[in-house]
Amino acid sequence: MTRKGEANPLSGADPRSELVNHLPALRAFALSLTREGASADDLVQDTIVKAWTNMDKFQPGTNLRAWLFTILRNTFYSARRKTRREVSDSDGIHAARQATRPEHDGRLAMNDFRVAFQQLPDEQREALILVGASGFSYEEAANMTGVAVGTVKSRANRGRRRLAELLHLTDGDDLDMTDSATMAVMAANQPVSR
Amino acid sequence: MNMRREERKRAALEKQIDENLRRVYEQDTSEEVPDRFMMLLERLREQE
Repeated sequence: MTRKGEANPLSGADPRSELVNHLPALRAFALSLTREGASADDLVQDTIVKAWTNMDKFQPGTNLRAWLFTILRNTFYSARRKTRREVSDSDGIHAARQATRPEHDGRLAMNDFRVAFQQLPDEQREALILVGASGFSYEEAANMTGVAVGTVKSRANRGRRRLAELLHLTDGDDLDMTDSATMAVMAANQPVSR
Repeated sequence: MNMRREERKRAALEKQIDENLRRVYEQDTSEEVPDRFMMLLERLREQE
């Protein structure tokens, strides 16, 4: 193992040599944002180059993964702003209609879940991956995305609600049934036990 | 009473959603990292 510059007293290693350990997580996060493998890997590549060349700005002892994720999502959003590309989502929408009810054990068919997840707006997918899947705290996620903690919470909760709708997880009489029209529909469609 | 029931349901739903999120995410993170990234890191090291 080679060491460049001063060793980080906390981890005992140059953070550059640790980049490799974060590649799988970076690829998963990139995929959740781009929703497409080739763009995800391009995004990861840009992130690595930026992280490498700006490593002097990384504060030793802080969370390297959070720092890398922040670079990745900032790169994603600035590229998106530049191109202003409207991504057609017709495939995803079509596939979402095929979403089925959960299996008996409460697990969803993985593909249905993926398809539904891809329907969510960027910032909801991001919030859910950060706090729901990768285990960052709401505070960490707020720092990483540059918004208030409450904003991250509401994005994550809106994302969860939307997923529940797309996956038909609202079991008739529960949840946030504040909308009377929704209540009426749900009452008319009591779930059939299988 | 009713409120508490709703909260419980909401918590259960949140748990279910997050469990599925983690499953999908873990599946993605367990994929093998393509060679291009190891080559990129190698190239960056050599440029130092």
